[in-house]
Amino acid sequence: MNEAALYEYVLRMSDDSLILGQRLGEWCGHGPILEEDIAMTNIALDLVGQAISLYDFAVLLEGKDRDHDQLAYLRYENEYKNLLLVEQPNGDFAMTMLRQFFFDAFRLPLFEFLEKSPVEQLAAIAQKSLKETRYHLKHSSEWVIRLGDGTEESHRRAQAAVDHLWRYTHELFYENQHDVELQENGLVPKLSDVQASWMITVQEVLKEATLAIPTNNWKFEGGREGRHSEHMGYILSELQYMQRAYPNMEW
Amino acid sequence: MTRADQERIFNEKIAKEIKIEPNDWMPEEYRQTLIRQISQHAHSEVVGMLPEGNWITRAPNLRRKAVLLAKVQDEAGHGLYLYSATETLGADREKTIDDLHSGKAKYSSIFNYPALTWADIGAIGWLVDGAAIMNQVALCRTSYGPYARAMVKICKEESFHQRQGYESLMKLCKGTPQQKAMAQDALNRFWWPALMMFGPNDAESTHSDQSIAWKIKRFTNDELRQSFVDATVPQAEILGLVIPDENLKWNEERGHYDFSEINWDEFWQVVKGNGPCNKERLAARVKAKEDGLWVREAANAFAKKRSMKKSA
Repeated sequence: MNEAALYEYVLRMSDDSLILGQRLGEWCGHGPILEEDIAMTNIALDLVGQAISLYDFAVLLEGKDRDHDQLAYLRYENEYKNLLLVEQPNGDFAMTMLRQFFFDAFRLPLFEFLEKSPVEQLAAIAQKSLKETRYHLKHSSEWVIRLGDGTEESHRRAQAAVDHLWRYTHELFYENQHDVELQENGLVPKLSDVQASWMITVQEVLKEATLAIPTNNWKFEGGREGRHSEHMGYILSELQYMQRAYPNMEW
Repeated sequence: MTRADQERIFNEKIAKEIKIEPNDWMPEEYRQTLIRQISQHAHSEVVGMLPEGNWITRAPNLRRKAVLLAKVQDEAGHGLYLYSATETLGADREKTIDDLHSGKAKYSSIFNYPALTWADIGAIGWLVDGAAIMNQVALCRTSYGPYARAMVKICKEESFHQRQGYESLMKLCKGTPQQKAMAQDALNRFWWPALMMFGPNDAESTHSDQSIAWKIKRFTNDELRQSFVDATVPQAEILGLVIPDENLKWNEERGHYDFSEINWDEFWQVVKGNGPCNKERLAARVKAKEDGLWVREAANAFAKKRSMKKSA
């Protein structure tokens, strides 16, 4: 088993969960209805929980005797491998729900495939996360449809969010030599299969939401290689605040 | 049935500890007292999300972040049950929220104090949730059924909140001198506001007597406050923290701790809106409601479209 490749693979997933959980946490107490405050904190909590399990596995693969908090809190910006998509600001509720939808529609088939991975620990994490992710996708899809097919204003906002975020969706299917290796060894799913499933979900939901898929082909990527947007530094300055201001203490 | 009969049945139920249920006859003043008290409690849960929510993105490690998210999520859930309990009394949730935003309805003043450091999150759990539990355990036996049942569930969760706060402070108190100083500073700032949570002294409390007669309240403000002090002082000793009251002393004769008079000027100032964060807290809630208007309109419009499609 190629541990370096697997480490990178698991780290990306951990970082995606952590950073998106961090973003959703920003909504807490400011949601458009109380039910959404509950839903968004619940989803953030699931994502942080996934991040903990994934980082724990990454730590084992890395073999450097670090713990999950050292990975989550004490790396430099270019060492985080999350998608640009998940670090995008919350914007309005439409932006947050579309960001979530594009991500959930990717995560669900990914976990479905990973549940059958011969890498036992990864399969176990995927299995545990599947139920949560199904709920996340149901929740975000329903909102995308409601907003898209709601009022003129909500349609306009939802379409603006699709148009803005579309450029970051290409990176969901980023691959490098490590991925190819893992795929060839049958340890992780082919991303083309995940992508096919993602596309079906996106087309179905956006159609029902009366939202159009953008025709432009802007493709932004870089997060997977540690090149982030300007937002990332601010996210980390909050995330890491305590660990940086009070080094080497236990909380 | 005459009004007198209805009143007699109501009073008998109260005397026999039979819960009053939504469809039972009840005096209008009983209904209004409950709506006021329960909606104030709901608002407190929701406003209370703000000082803690403010620390979610900065929680010092993943476990603390997860625990804080779970706690704040519980509070939103408590808000939701409590608003539902007011609806069983015929109140309208949106209208009670508008009363909060206009300043007509109150919420617990404790949330008008800022959460400045990570230790404050521990202190809020330990002291604020601890004080809330004192009140709420008593409310599990309150005479109005839906409120009493909501309280049973809420108390279970609050006791987890109190424990996680205490455990988080314990970590600081066993940590570096800097961490321990952070914990002491949080106790210094939150002790008195926590004691104020029980409300005015019994002699000053306008709603107490009738509420006790109706068994909405089971203990007076001062009784609950004393229980809280008695329970909390030994906990502070275990942490090795000093409660900021030089008159705090065990009174053998009373079997209780004596403590200083609360600064009632400060209490009334904060109630009137002049606390350190009153403006910010209300502004945040008003902004959430205004910014979310288009979302709620969209959800309603969508629901209408779908139900038309179904019936077509």
